[in-house]
Amino acid sequence: MTPPAKTPSRNPVPVKERMKMPRQHMPEQLAQLRAKTFTEVNLGYSPELARQEALRCLECAKPACTDRCPVGVKVREFVQLVVAGDFLAAAAKIREDNVLPAITGRVCPQEDHCEGGCLMGKKVQSLGIGYLERFVADYEQKHLDVKNVKRAPATGKKVAIVGSGPSGLTAAGDLIRKGHQVHVFEALHEIGGVLVYGIPEFRLPKQIIREQVDYMRAMGVEFETDVVVGRTVTVGELLQEEGYDAVFLGTGAGLPQFMGIPGEHLNGVYSANEFLTRINLMHAYEFPRYDEPMVDLIGKNVAVIGGGNTALDSIRSALRLGAGKAFVLYRRSEAEMPARAEEVKHAKQEGIDFQVLTAPVEFLSDGTGWLRAARCVRMELGEPDTSGRRRPVPIAGSEFELPLSVAIMAIGTSANPIVQSTTPGLETNKRGYIAVNSDTQRTSRKGVFAGGDIVTGSATVILAMAAGRRAAASIHEYVMTGSW
Amino acid sequence: MPVFKVLQAAFIAPGIKRFVIEAPRIARKHRPGQFVILRLCEQGERIPLTIERSDSAKGTINICVQSAGKTTHLLNSFETGDRILDIVGPLGKPSEIEKFGTVVVIGGGVGTAMAYPTAAALKKEGNRVISIVGARNKELVILEREMAEVSDTLLVTTDDGSYVEKGFVTDKLRQLMQSGTRIDRVLAVGPIPMMKAVADVTREAHIRTIVSLNPIMIDGTGMCGGCRVLIDSKSEFACVDGPEFDAHRVNFEVLVQRNAMYREAERRSMEDFDTEIEAKRDSVRKELKQLCAVGGGVR
Repeated sequence: MTPPAKTPSRNPVPVKERMKMPRQHMPEQLAQLRAKTFTEVNLGYSPELARQEALRCLECAKPACTDRCPVGVKVREFVQLVVAGDFLAAAAKIREDNVLPAITGRVCPQEDHCEGGCLMGKKVQSLGIGYLERFVADYEQKHLDVKNVKRAPATGKKVAIVGSGPSGLTAAGDLIRKGHQVHVFEALHEIGGVLVYGIPEFRLPKQIIREQVDYMRAMGVEFETDVVVGRTVTVGELLQEEGYDAVFLGTGAGLPQFMGIPGEHLNGVYSANEFLTRINLMHAYEFPRYDEPMVDLIGKNVAVIGGGNTALDSIRSALRLGAGKAFVLYRRSEAEMPARAEEVKHAKQEGIDFQVLTAPVEFLSDGTGWLRAARCVRMELGEPDTSGRRRPVPIAGSEFELPLSVAIMAIGTSANPIVQSTTPGLETNKRGYIAVNSDTQRTSRKGVFAGGDIVTGSATVILAMAAGRRAAASIHEYVMTGSW
Repeated sequence: MPVFKVLQAAFIAPGIKRFVIEAPRIARKHRPGQFVILRLCEQGERIPLTIERSDSAKGTINICVQSAGKTTHLLNSFETGDRILDIVGPLGKPSEIEKFGTVVVIGGGVGTAMAYPTAAALKKEGNRVISIVGARNKELVILEREMAEVSDTLLVTTDDGSYVEKGFVTDKLRQLMQSGTRIDRVLAVGPIPMMKAVADVTREAHIRTIVSLNPIMIDGTGMCGGCRVLIDSKSEFACVDGPEFDAHRVNFEVLVQRNAMYREAERRSMEDFDTEIEAKRDSVRKELKQLCAVGGGVR
């Protein structure tokens, strides 16, 4: 991403003074109250807080924030527009590179990207870029009439997007702006993929997703639910019979992995995907108003196994469903935990018990087929493994029993096989994920592109979005030139 | 917003209703052994149902639904002209259809409707098809004529002896095996105890036996993992690895145990529902009418 030409600063605060200004705190629900409800934890900046925070930006000549952003959001420019009070222009500036700002503003691991690159972060606290993005996106949502969204002149080209998660939505947003006809197929009954079934209401309200999707509809994107590409219609049929010029596969994460330890089939042992799907997509937390049930967690001991965002989403949901004690069992130390820093902080405030360097070795039955306890072992960190992280090694004689009614496995997923097994000529890697050229997201099959978790395995929303962007750029080139 | 129109709905036995539904995309791709997942309303759960047959020219699929829980009771109150909010499919791997030789197809209760398309395909492929249809009583014997049409021999049993012959499907299967009939393959679809009993009968004779499993399922598309079943000692997923599995490798005890996981919640869902069923149906009708009015259309 080339850094854009520097625009004149409208920031009245001398640069030296900006370092002395404290980072504006994100207003949030009290931990004791929010741990009982699914309403959003963070409440969002007011315009005053947003301006105050924006004033801290050093307006670097070579902004590392933009370099470190997977989709290349022009942070300096949008923050300058916040300083100027032109929030709609700030939103439009973000949208040049990111079609889902209200979502990334909430779920992106900013510390690994923009805020991790922020120069101020080296000395004091980095600029609250995520909070500002969220503010700007929410402001736009309240004040912009989607009817006024401009549509690009039509190119006459048709692109099918398979999957309406972050990569698919991003590809759709970029392609519609180029004037292509864009049709998104979704297997589930709601649009949003993992944003809908995976991320809980308290972190990303469904209404936010619906609004972002409505914005895309206003741009001209068509959505069709209840279509499992590979089963309901194949990729070949989309290209040959339904007249699509290109297909983007963003089918997302697949089936959950289990540890393969004794007792994993007991009632009360869930995969995180199932646990979260019941709660988020199917509204099990509103049972019996909604039909989908969840086992009764009230007063029970619940543990999640894993240390990523999915693990924390699961256990914080369990807490909100009334769990008496809620544990995170993670086999490495907190430093290696892949979850967003803010989620770890929030989970601790809410009273989640982090048992790090701990792993279950067996799930024990109560004699009637239900989980009673996990036999666990403590770990220490040994030499780094292939991931570069220090390998956890069990400590001899450290085994103990943790009484549990529910255990949630959040240790990763494997590739969903449906599209690969029904698309001749589509190459996969040895783990079953779709093989692509990482610059163009082209697959081995002409006219077919792929990105997101179905290529990389479980990753983050923003990395999937970046893949969707790269794919959209190369789909545009392909459909306009026809050269593969 | 895809909304699916019910073209025909009629009870074929007490508590079992057959629906003909307009679903062209699904009809075109359906192969025997596959299922759909449907959802009736915004607050509804997703339930899997096997496709009884499809007509790709007319763009329709048939499903046979037995009233069991809240959703199936509500669905069975639907009539011709009603609409179904969501139907996705065809899901799961199709049945293996080859010329095996002699195949015994066993349908227990409403499972007969699920065994039927596979029996028909096996017959068409040139197999000798011996079908055994079992039910609790005479009224619950379904698809007898259809099964007869696609079978070289059709045997019927009822638990109470109210029709043809008293006994279980496994009695008939044992008799066939003892009579020296060469059996190359068995397909059994029905209640779990029946499928387990069939597996036990054929295990020692080493007859390849296939069962269609019905674990609790949510998305059905290879994502949530709720439908995991224990095959030998390995977790497999009914939605993408099944629904058909080698009966001799299935751990039926775990299937029974996991299917009972929400029994209490299911009971709670059904409480008082009997009296409200028509009111609920009418509110679902209203919801769908509104949906169709705001740019929805029948697909």
